[in-house]
Amino acid sequence: MRWMLAKDLVILRRSRLLVALLVLYPVAIALLIGFAISRSPSAPRVAIVDETPPGQVITLGGRRIGLAEYTNQLFNQVHVVRVPTRAAAAAKVSSGDVIAAVVIPPDIVRRISSGVSQAQVEVIYNGDALEQSFVRSTIDSALAQANLALSEQITHVAVRDLDLLLAGGSLEALGANQSIIGLSHISPALTDIARRQPRALDRATLIRVAGFADFAARNLSVAKNVLTTVSAPIRAKSTLLAGKRTPLDTYAVVVAVSISLMFVCVLLAAGGIALEREEHTIARLIRGPPALISREGLLAEKTLLAAGSSFLVAIAMLLGVGTFVALDLSRVGLWVLALAFGAIAFGALGIAIGALAREVRAASLLAFLLSLPLAFLALVPSGSVARGLYDVIGAISFVFPYKAALQALDAAVNGASPGMGVSIVHLLVLTLLFGGLARVGLRRAE
Amino acid sequence: MRAASGGVGPGATRDTEVLRVEGLTKLYGKRRALHDVGFVARAGELVAVIGPNGAGKTTLLSILAGAVRPSAGSVDRAAGAIGWVPQQPALYSKLSVAENLRLFARLARVPDVPATVARMLEQTGLADRAGDLAGSLSGGNRQRVNVALGLLSDPSAVLLDEPSSSLDPSQRERLWEFIAELASAGTGVVFSTHIVSEAERYAHRVLVLDEGELLFDGPPRELAEQSGPGEQRDFEAAFVAYLRERGSAQESVAREQQARAQATARGEQAREGSGGAA
Repeated sequence: MRWMLAKDLVILRRSRLLVALLVLYPVAIALLIGFAISRSPSAPRVAIVDETPPGQVITLGGRRIGLAEYTNQLFNQVHVVRVPTRAAAAAKVSSGDVIAAVVIPPDIVRRISSGVSQAQVEVIYNGDALEQSFVRSTIDSALAQANLALSEQITHVAVRDLDLLLAGGSLEALGANQSIIGLSHISPALTDIARRQPRALDRATLIRVAGFADFAARNLSVAKNVLTTVSAPIRAKSTLLAGKRTPLDTYAVVVAVSISLMFVCVLLAAGGIALEREEHTIARLIRGPPALISREGLLAEKTLLAAGSSFLVAIAMLLGVGTFVALDLSRVGLWVLALAFGAIAFGALGIAIGALAREVRAASLLAFLLSLPLAFLALVPSGSVARGLYDVIGAISFVFPYKAALQALDAAVNGASPGMGVSIVHLLVLTLLFGGLARVGLRRAE
Repeated sequence: MRAASGGVGPGATRDTEVLRVEGLTKLYGKRRALHDVGFVARAGELVAVIGPNGAGKTTLLSILAGAVRPSAGSVDRAAGAIGWVPQQPALYSKLSVAENLRLFARLARVPDVPATVARMLEQTGLADRAGDLAGSLSGGNRQRVNVALGLLSDPSAVLLDEPSSSLDPSQRERLWEFIAELASAGTGVVFSTHIVSEAERYAHRVLVLDEGELLFDGPPRELAEQSGPGEQRDFEAAFVAYLRERGSAQESVAREQQARAQATARGEQAREGSGGAA
């Protein structure tokens, strides 16, 4: 087997363009996928038509908020392109210069300040279904954020006034400062006065009023908390059932590396076996008795070559990316284990493809056609598609090694669930399965 | 090309059987590629396998080489390796001539690899091209390397599948000289060819295959004699006439068998009809 390995390494060394493509292409694809997963999109360009008169101020509960402050909240997620008229905005949307336009009507300040009628902005957009969905979600999110900021302002004003009402203090009204007693001080004051009054009807009335003042003060105190809660009614508290929380950027690294591992390994193994057929050497090698190399030996040699080469590419990628993303280098031993088992399983898939396809071009095409969808299917999150479809995707991912390799590497790099043991056993079973298939494929050649 | 010098290998004489084939049958699904083929090849003998396209020549040689398993029958090989030179050159284009020879010599566990490689390079006349990549060689030179790879382990018998098909006339001449010298040195040679004149000129015996059946096994002169009396024909014309006669004879046997079967069926129907009336 060592002579065959040495021969294949010489052939690889002499096929520099092929090796460069085989390494660079998956690395480029993997990095693109990694960036797509880990980086949020750049701010989309949105045209804004502000039809309000300049310097408008929203007055809420005595608090004044400049309209510009509100619109800044509204558009801090997008790249704003200011245009003078609605027609100009529509033209920009039509030409594709901006993905959408938002028209702020002249009466928006009046409507918000009224506190009873809802203000409204117009959104103009275009494009295919995907773009439309993107625009809608972006604008909805921006509106939700701006509304939240505004409601926080209103809540703040209301809470301040309630505090004044409860604790008393200085209130500016009709251009003059007035001192008010505060609801919480009324009950003790009245109780004190009542104690000094003769036992008569007036004293009983005073005690009742003091009791009411005490009751009102306590309930207004509760209302303050209610107001704060209403401004942000739901907060998320996260509970992860198993494993560690995986940061998106390190998960992206795992995805990128596992995709590279799969592409390099499957293509090399499939191409290696198919090349033996194309050069007509396979019959010369395995004929016998005695054979120059057994069928199993030949398959093992191609698996080893592909697994070894892809392992080196993958570990180099992990260590290289580790300089940019914080990876736990104390887990390198686990990385090696996960990559080794993943590479061997991908090698077995590759030799099965090579043995069945019979020629290099068909083998390469088949390897691509299988690998790309496998990678994408394994990344489909549960709940993002219909239940039945997700089950089908799960079944497909289960019988090919990509998802198991991804999970093993994720467990090795991030300590994610399921643990490495389950994934490695899964990979071993798939290695045997595809190895057997490759053996049958070689038999079919006879 | 120059063959290895020396007589028949140790213990081998001209009568030593290097290959014995009995009842060889190969089926590809329902298609019958070979049917009940049997013959013997001896040390120093040149045996040509001829027949029309699709007759089963390559299948037969592939089975003899151990590259394809037969559906039935047996192949007994003499002690020592069997060399195989497939129809398509089976070598690595990205390796040089010497590297190809070295690799297959190592895989065959040849005792002295450098000496064997040097000997094969000299015998095939490729010493000056030893460093050239096999993919850059002409068809003729690739075929020479192909032949050399088949002879690396100094086999007692060598199987050559249409070895001259990609060669020009002068290369072909040199190849046949080389093969004749191999045979004279005691190596049993079984080769297939579609150039019938080569069989007449170089073979001691010819095997005629047609549709997987062995129709003839004997010296070329005998085949010419069996093809029809009295006419002055070259060997190729005699071979074609032989195939045609055997083909028409087989067709008439088949027609006769069909007619007999139909008559039997008609008789049974008549008996059933009369039985029903009674």
